[in-house]
Amino acid sequence: MASIPAEGFDVHDHAHDHDHDHKPAFFARWFMSTNHKDIGTMYLIFAIFAGLIGGAVSGMMRAELAQPGIQYLGMFAQFLGEKNPSFDQQLHLWNVLITAHGLIMVFFMVMPAIIGGFGNWFVPLMIGAPDMAFPRMNNVSFWLTFVGFCSLMLSAIFPGGVGNGAGTGWTVYAPLSTSGSVGPAVDFAIFSLHLAGAGSILGAVNFITTIFNMRAPGMTLHKMPLFVWSVLVTAFLLLLSLPVLAAAITMLLTDRNFGTTFFDPAGGGDPILYQHLFWFFGHPEVYIMILPGFGIISQIISTFSKKPVFGYLGMAYAMVAIGVVGFIVWAHHMYTTGLDVNTKMYFTAATMVIAVPTGIKIFSWIATMWGGSIEFKSPMVWAIGFIFLFTMGGVTGVVLANGGIDDNLQDTYYVVGHFHYVLSLGAVTSLFAGFYYWFPKMSGRMHSELLSHIQFWVFFVGVNMIFFPMHFLGVQGMPRRYPDYAPAFEHWNKIASDGYMVMAASIVIFLINIAYAFTAGRKAEGNYWGEGATTLEWTLSSPPPFHQFETLPVIDDAAHH
Amino acid sequence: MTTAARPDAARNRKVAILAASGALAMLGLGYASVPLYRLFCQATGFNGTTMRATSAQAAGVKATTRPITIRFDANVAPGLPWVFKPEQVTQDGRIGERKIAFFTAKNLSDKPIVGRAVFNVTPEQTGAYFHKIQCFCFNEQKLEPGQEVRMPVIYYVDPAMLQDANARDTPEITLSYTFLLAADQSLAQSAMKSSTTGGKPLDRAASAR
Repeated sequence: MASIPAEGFDVHDHAHDHDHDHKPAFFARWFMSTNHKDIGTMYLIFAIFAGLIGGAVSGMMRAELAQPGIQYLGMFAQFLGEKNPSFDQQLHLWNVLITAHGLIMVFFMVMPAIIGGFGNWFVPLMIGAPDMAFPRMNNVSFWLTFVGFCSLMLSAIFPGGVGNGAGTGWTVYAPLSTSGSVGPAVDFAIFSLHLAGAGSILGAVNFITTIFNMRAPGMTLHKMPLFVWSVLVTAFLLLLSLPVLAAAITMLLTDRNFGTTFFDPAGGGDPILYQHLFWFFGHPEVYIMILPGFGIISQIISTFSKKPVFGYLGMAYAMVAIGVVGFIVWAHHMYTTGLDVNTKMYFTAATMVIAVPTGIKIFSWIATMWGGSIEFKSPMVWAIGFIFLFTMGGVTGVVLANGGIDDNLQDTYYVVGHFHYVLSLGAVTSLFAGFYYWFPKMSGRMHSELLSHIQFWVFFVGVNMIFFPMHFLGVQGMPRRYPDYAPAFEHWNKIASDGYMVMAASIVIFLINIAYAFTAGRKAEGNYWGEGATTLEWTLSSPPPFHQFETLPVIDDAAHH
Repeated sequence: MTTAARPDAARNRKVAILAASGALAMLGLGYASVPLYRLFCQATGFNGTTMRATSAQAAGVKATTRPITIRFDANVAPGLPWVFKPEQVTQDGRIGERKIAFFTAKNLSDKPIVGRAVFNVTPEQTGAYFHKIQCFCFNEQKLEPGQEVRMPVIYYVDPAMLQDANARDTPEITLSYTFLLAADQSLAQSAMKSSTTGGKPLDRAASAR
């Protein structure tokens, strides 16, 4: 819009003709969008919406787990339309809840937000490109993801075995997902994964092409901001791992509906093969969720320490190393399926190797802060919180990497605690960090720093209350995926459920903060974080013009990390 | 805008096609993993997959003096109305010695049923050394209503196991079978003769061996 002044170093204003910043009408702009910023915005809104649903589902689970016995599942089942839910149907609902929570948070919250949202918004801006390489394909990616989410939601009203909905767990293991779940619900869930997967693969092709071909003159690969590096590595992981998931779930689909026996021993198949295929995708998937977070944290730490990132090349290639090694450790999810000692030794060692590049990243972030002129603005507080929480999750990860220890801890709450520390506390914290870092850039309005700080501390206390006690429960032997437990586990479960309420309060603060920004927030300047913010998006106005960099910026030799 | 006739368009298409073919290759690899996994297990004894030997191969194996105990385990998967059990719980022998064990199976239903057995051994690292010369698990088995059959397994433990540091101290190997209702029941309708010899062969790598 012409009313928004473009500040800083400014390339588009020179060529200000009549239609280059002209936005299409509402329907064409948002439903047929080819603009990377608008698509990024849609991804973010979608992810917040899906996150609220996935978070509500976890609230239902924490309510049920607050005390031993079954208290609320019957009520929830009635609420979802079962007239007189039998006990088995209530237990089936539990399986549906854990499945929905996992799939929503992985495929429809973290991935759309961190890759679709921030990736779409800031990869073109940071490399000085006018848009993504394939803007229409970008739009297709978003709507595939959206329809995938609808398909998953639809699955809840179809029969899926004992009751309604897909109760397979996010891993969709055969034979529970094949002969164990009669009815269309699981087919809808699988179809949803197909759609979301296809959307992500197209997105990955788009990012790879954009990053390889559309960098501004002088922006060599080794000058790219680390966030762009992280998205590039992530795109490769998506490209190489998602098709394997697609193959595996297509086999599930034909096993279910067309009489094939890929995973059915009665016809010569092997259910363990499904686990191999799933985790060949599933392990890179966890890096897909965290790597862009690494990138965001690098930008933030550097900005608020007013220093370039310590060991830039090491940071970039650490992510590449994590991506590569991430493909050859999948069977550490399957230690108890009957791997022999040698195989376990290999997967234990390979898994532990990942701690090395991850350690490089952690220590380089700390070294970036070392001697820096640190400003504790809200993104920085979230970023430091990320480093702390992610490191905790990393430490329990090294514990679980041991094949021998995992025999004991497999499928206990220790594992749940571990992966929520790296994902719910790691990836989600990096999402909030990125959100507060870039929200004024995207919206043109400043959020409240005070509310962001309050939200951080409430969130920090809440998530630690939820997930830290899970380590105790796991070591004591509480298995995951059950709605009931022995009374001995009640104490820590109660604390975890209380922690959920604290965490939920922080989300309310988050929503209030957004509302505040849009109603009363100050107008954001082009570079509202000041001298530490050196990447190209800070050379544009906030929000950036509808079309930016029509004359490409030239990056000189002053490094732009 | 498309009118800008970008020189990048061709370059973009090239990178996109390369990337997409990478994705397609991985999709293909996903499917290729099905036969590859089976071959891998059969070749390496991975996951306790036992080996298959011909009588000629077995004749060349010399028995050692090392004792070994084989324990037998038999299971029936849900949905198959059969009784299936080993005639002996354990069998003592020597490594390299050819032994025969018997299992019995009975069809409790009033219909002819085709079953197929899946098997493995534990400890899993002994899978590569457990050779079967003859086994009811090589073929699908058809049992007439009420029919009871006695089924042999002829096997030996390869003395090469004594050279493997990970397997040589094993005092006992458990051979476990599970009978499942075969997905393909067409054999049950056909007027095939007796069961123990019949059925379509299951071990696809057998012909190559």
